[in-house]
Amino acid sequence: MTDITIQSEGRASALPGWIIKFGKLASTVAVTLFGLLLVTFLIGRVVPVDPVLSVVGDRASPSTYDRVYLELGLDRPLYEQFYLYAKKAVTGDFGESLLTKKPIISDIARAFPATLELATVGIIIGTLLGIPAGVWAAVRQGRLIDQLVRIFGLVGYSAPIFWLGLMGLLLFYAKWGLVAGPGRIDISYEYAFTSKTGLMLLDTAMQGQWAAFRNVVSHIALPGALLGYLSMAYIARMTRSFMLNELAQEYIVTARVKGVAEWRIIWVHALRNAAVPLVTVIALSYAHLLEGSVLTETVFAWPGLGQYLTNSLQNADMNAVLGSTLLIGMVFVGLNILSDLLYTLLDPRVRSRL
Amino acid sequence: MTELDADHANQGLRQWLLSEQPASRRQARSGQAYRAWLAFRANRLGMLGLGIVLALVLVAIFAGFIAPYDPLLGGDLRTERLLPPSWDHLMGTDDLARDIFSRVVHGSRVTLLVVGLVAIIATPVGLLVGTTAGYFGGWVDTVLMRVTDIFLAFPRLILALAFVAALGPGIENAIIAIAITSWPPYARLARAETLTIRNAEHIDAIRLQGASSGRIIWGHVVPLCLSSVIIRVTLDMAGIILTAAGLGFLGLGAQPPQPEWGAMIAAGRKFLIDYWWVATMPGLAIFIVSLGFNFLGDGLRDVLDPKAQK
Amino acid sequence: MKHVQKFVAVALMCTAAAFAPVKAQAETPADTLIQAWAIDDIISLDPAEVFEFTASELLGNTYQGLIGYDVKDVSKIFGVIAEKWEISEDGKTFTFTIRPGMKFASGNPITAEDAVYTLQRAVKLDKSPAFILTQFGFSADNVDEKIRKTGDMTFEFEMDNNYAPTLVLYCLTATVGFIVDSELVKSHEVDGDFGYNWLKTNYAGSGAFSIREWRANEVVAMDRNDNYSGDPAPMAHAIYRHIPEGATERLLLEKGDIDIARKLTPEDITALSSNPDIAIDKGVKGSIYYLGLNQKNEYLSKPEVRQAIKYLVDYDTIADTIMKGMVVKHQAFLPLGFLGVLEDNPFSLNVEKAKELLAAAGLPDGFSVTMDTRNTADITAMAQAMQQTFAEAGIKLEIIPGDGGQTLTKYRARTHDIYIGRWGPDYQDPHTNADTFARNPDNSDDAKSKPLAWRNAWDIPEMTKKADAAVLEADAAKRAEMYIELQKESQETSPFVIMFQEIEVIARRKNVEGFVVGPSFNDNSFKAVTK
Repeated sequence: MTDITIQSEGRASALPGWIIKFGKLASTVAVTLFGLLLVTFLIGRVVPVDPVLSVVGDRASPSTYDRVYLELGLDRPLYEQFYLYAKKAVTGDFGESLLTKKPIISDIARAFPATLELATVGIIIGTLLGIPAGVWAAVRQGRLIDQLVRIFGLVGYSAPIFWLGLMGLLLFYAKWGLVAGPGRIDISYEYAFTSKTGLMLLDTAMQGQWAAFRNVVSHIALPGALLGYLSMAYIARMTRSFMLNELAQEYIVTARVKGVAEWRIIWVHALRNAAVPLVTVIALSYAHLLEGSVLTETVFAWPGLGQYLTNSLQNADMNAVLGSTLLIGMVFVGLNILSDLLYTLLDPRVRSRL
Repeated sequence: MTELDADHANQGLRQWLLSEQPASRRQARSGQAYRAWLAFRANRLGMLGLGIVLALVLVAIFAGFIAPYDPLLGGDLRTERLLPPSWDHLMGTDDLARDIFSRVVHGSRVTLLVVGLVAIIATPVGLLVGTTAGYFGGWVDTVLMRVTDIFLAFPRLILALAFVAALGPGIENAIIAIAITSWPPYARLARAETLTIRNAEHIDAIRLQGASSGRIIWGHVVPLCLSSVIIRVTLDMAGIILTAAGLGFLGLGAQPPQPEWGAMIAAGRKFLIDYWWVATMPGLAIFIVSLGFNFLGDGLRDVLDPKAQK
Repeated sequence: MKHVQKFVAVALMCTAAAFAPVKAQAETPADTLIQAWAIDDIISLDPAEVFEFTASELLGNTYQGLIGYDVKDVSKIFGVIAEKWEISEDGKTFTFTIRPGMKFASGNPITAEDAVYTLQRAVKLDKSPAFILTQFGFSADNVDEKIRKTGDMTFEFEMDNNYAPTLVLYCLTATVGFIVDSELVKSHEVDGDFGYNWLKTNYAGSGAFSIREWRANEVVAMDRNDNYSGDPAPMAHAIYRHIPEGATERLLLEKGDIDIARKLTPEDITALSSNPDIAIDKGVKGSIYYLGLNQKNEYLSKPEVRQAIKYLVDYDTIADTIMKGMVVKHQAFLPLGFLGVLEDNPFSLNVEKAKELLAAAGLPDGFSVTMDTRNTADITAMAQAMQQTFAEAGIKLEIIPGDGGQTLTKYRARTHDIYIGRWGPDYQDPHTNADTFARNPDNSDDAKSKPLAWRNAWDIPEMTKKADAAVLEADAAKRAEMYIELQKESQETSPFVIMFQEIEVIARRKNVEGFVVGPSFNDNSFKAVTK
C-alpha cells in the first residue's frame, strides 16, 4: 500500500546540511504545489465537459450562456487564465464550488474535521493493535503467530476497502444491528450539541452529551475499525521488521547476558529503539489513511473530504477538485516532513550529529 | 505440480544448474535462478500466490470456455433476474439477468489487462527516468527527481482520480492514470541502483570504448536495474488491482456493461441487503487475486531481498 | 510471552468496546419530520436560480407564488399571493391584484412591490430558469416598463404577444415566479447583485416553512413559519437528510430513524411493501424517458429505421422489472396530466415488424450504432436491456457511458448517434414540452436555441409552425386538439422514442400522514404532514 522513503542521504550531513535540507524541503514543497496547480489547471481545461453548462444547466437561454462564458474568462488566452487561477489559489481563493455555491475553502474547512476524526480513530486502533502484533510476531519469528500476523496483514492489504465496508455494513449494521449505519450521527442527535471543533467525539464529550457521544461512537466504530485494520497491517509489518533489527543488536545480547528480564528487553530496550522509525511509519500511515478515506467515506456516507472530492469529481466541479486535491497533497507533504523532523529529533544517533 | 516432478527426474539438469563451478555465464545465471526457485518453492504462501496468479492467467485465457453464459447479454428479465447462486448460476445472476460467474470469469481479462498494461507502461518510464537521472547526475538528476517527488507527494488514488477526471471515465483512461501514478517509485529504485553501478569498472570500460550515453544506459545500466524493478512491480500488482477496482467502484474506471469487478460491486451495492451475492462475488474475486499477488510478492521478497529475510 | 498476549487482549477489548451495541433510538422527535433524499442536486436556494428537483420541492414548501393549481387536477388554476387578475382586450396585458393581509416569514407585508421586484429581478439576474419569463418578451432592458407597479397592491404584466392565458398562468406557478421578500433581499444587495449572493444560501419567502440551514450534500433544516397565511404546519421542524443510497434509506426507515424515504430502488420498494409499519405512496411525475435519434446519422435519418427502433424497446418488461414501480409506459411527448395529452401507446416490442421496417429501409442485416448513456444506475440498466432487444433485429448497439456533463455536452453538440435521456417539463403547460420536442426554428449548426428537436437535427419547419400556433390559441379545447395532433405526428415520424413517464414513490412510516405527491416537484407538499 505505502511507499515509505526514509531519507537516508541527508541525514549524514552536519549542521549546514541541515539547513540545506530545509532549503531543499521548502523548494520541494514550492515546486510540488506549483506542479499541482499546473496539473489541476490543465485537468480543468481538458475535461470533456462544457464548464459553462455546469454553471447554467441545460435549460438556460443562449444569452445567459454567453454571459457566463465571458464571466468565467473562457475567452482569454490560456496562460492568462492560468495566471489568474494561480494568483487566486495562492491566496487561498479556489473560487466557488458549483455544487454548494460556497467558497471552496469554507467547504473544505467543514469537511476536513470529519476526515480527520475518522483517520485519527483509524490510526489509534491501528497503532494499538499493530505494534503489539508486530512485536509478538518478531519475538516468535517464524512460528505460527508470526505467520498468522503476516497473513492477517496481507489480507488487509488485499481486500478492497470499499467492499469490506459494504460487507461490514451488511453484517454489523443491517443483519446484526451492532453498529449504527452510514453517516456521522443520527439525525435526532444532530442538534443536541453545538459544533465547536468539528470533531464530534470531542464536541459531544466536552459538552457532556453522552447519549450523542455514544451515538457518534457507534457510527464511527465500523469505518474507524476498517481504516484501523488497513493501517494496522502496515504498522505490524514494519514493527516486526524494526524489532527483528533491534533484537539482533549487540546491546540486546549484552542485556540478556546481564540477566535483564526478557519482557524488559523486548518492551523497554528493543521497542524504545524501534519506536524511532516507527514514529515515521505511523505518521506516514496516517497520511495514507487520507487516501483510504476517499473510498471509505463513499461507502459510509461520511461527510468528509473524500466524499467531497468524489462528489466534485463526478459533477465536474473542478474548483472543488483542485482545492481538495491540493489540501490532501499539502497534508501529505506536511506529514512527510513532520515524520522526517520527528525522526531527526527522536533518534539520538541522528541528533548527535546535528 | 507435474512440472516439478519432471525437474526432479532430470537429475543431470539439476546438477548442471547447481554446479559450484559454472562453466558459462548462462550456466551461472540459470543456476542462480534455479536456487532462487528452490528457495521460493519452500515458501508455501508464495507458492499459493503463484498458483492463484497462474489460475488467473488461465481463467483469463480460457474465459470463453469456462464461462457458461455470455457476460454481456443477460437472460429473460422477467424470470432470470437476481437469482441466488445455484447449480445453473454458480454465483447467481445480477439485475440484468446476467450470470455473475460468467462476468467474474470474463472480468479476469480486464484485471489482467490493467495489471499488464500498467506494468508495460510504468516500468519503462520509471526505468528510463531513474537510470537517466542516476547516470547523468547533476541538474538532470535534480530536475527528474523533483518531478518524481511531485508525483510521490500525492496519494496514488487521489492523483489517479484527478487524472481520470481530466481524461474522462473509461478503462483505458484508468490504466493511463494508474500508470502515470505508478512509475515514480520505480524511478527512485532505478536511480539508486544506477548510482551503485554507474562507476563500475565494466561501465567505465564501455564508456572508454566510445559508446554513447544512450547506449550505455539502455544496453548496460537498464538490464542491471531490471530485476529489482520487476520485483518491485510484482509487489505493486495488488495495489494496482485495488486502485483499478476503486476507480471502477467510483464509476470512473471501466464502464458498463464491461464486466470489471469494481464496477460490478458498485452495481450490486444497491441490491446489497436482499441480493447479497451481486456485490459479494466480484469482491471475493478481487480479494483472492489481490491476495495471490501479495503472497507471490511477499514470497519473492523473502527469496530475493536478503535484507527482509532476517 | 504472557505479557504480549495480555497486551493484545487488552487492545482487542478496546476495539470490541468500540463495537459494543449501542441501542439506536428507534423514533424520530414527535415535532420533526425527517426525510431521506438525495439532495446533492441543490445548487441554490434563490427562486431566480432554482431549477432542480429537490430545490424545487424545497421552495414549494417554503415560498408562495402568485398563482397555484390543484395538484389533483392541474386545470384548476387559482390565485395564491395574487387575489385576482384581469386580461386586457388585446390579450397582451395581465393586471394582478395582490391578496391583502399576507406576510413574509420576516413579518414584512406582501405587496405589489415584492411581486414586481421578484419578476424583474429574475429577468435581470438571467439565471437558468429566466427563460420561463423572458419567453414573453421581457429582457433586462425593457422589464422595468413591461412589469410595472400600478398601486400598492396591483401591478401590470405586459407581454409582446397574446399568448394563451393558461400558458402565462402556468409559467407563473413555476419556482422562478415565487415571490421574494423585497425589503429583506434589498437589505442584502451588494454591488447591484439583487441580493443574489445572499439569497442563494438564505431565505426570504412566505411559505409554510422557513429554511433555517442548507448544508450541501448533508442536510436542509426548516422551521414552521408562524407568519404563514394558510393553516399552520403541524410539524415544528422539517429536515431533509442527504442519503443517496436506497438500501441505506430503507434500513433507516425500517429502524424508524427517518420518517420518509425518497430515493428507493424497485427492490427496496418491493421489500418495504410487505412491512406492516411502512406505507407507500405514488404519484405520476412529469418527467419522460426517451431516446433521441440523431438525424445526422445516415441510418437513423431513414424514417423506417426511426419507426423500427420504436418497435425494438421492450417497454413492458423494462417497466415491470428493472424500472418496476418507477415508471409507467407512455409514448407521447406530453406527460399524463397535461392539457392535450395523448394517451395511446401504439408501440411494443415487435422484432418481426422492426425487421420488416429495416428491410424496407434497405438494411435487412441491421447496422451498428452508439448510444450515449449517462452512467446512473437506472439509465445504464435500461440501455443494457435495449442492447439485447436491438440485437435481435441485427442492430448492434454500443453503449458509450459518461457522466451527466459529458453526455449532455455531446448531445448539445449533436455528435451523438442515440442519446438516452430524461426530460422534465418546466411548468404545467403543454407548450413546455412542445417547445422542445416539436419546435426547431433554426436547424443550422450555430443555432442559438437548442431544443431537443435541434439536438437531434430534426428539421421540422411545418411542425414548428403548428406548435407556434398552439401557443396563441386562447380556447383550451381547441388548443388541446392541436397538441394531440402534434403528438400523433410525432409518434409516426419523430426521431424521439418516448418510452416511459416517471412515477415518484415515497415510503413512509405508517403514522406519518398527509404527504402530498404532486405532478411536479414543487407540488410535493409536507405542509400538512402529521405523525
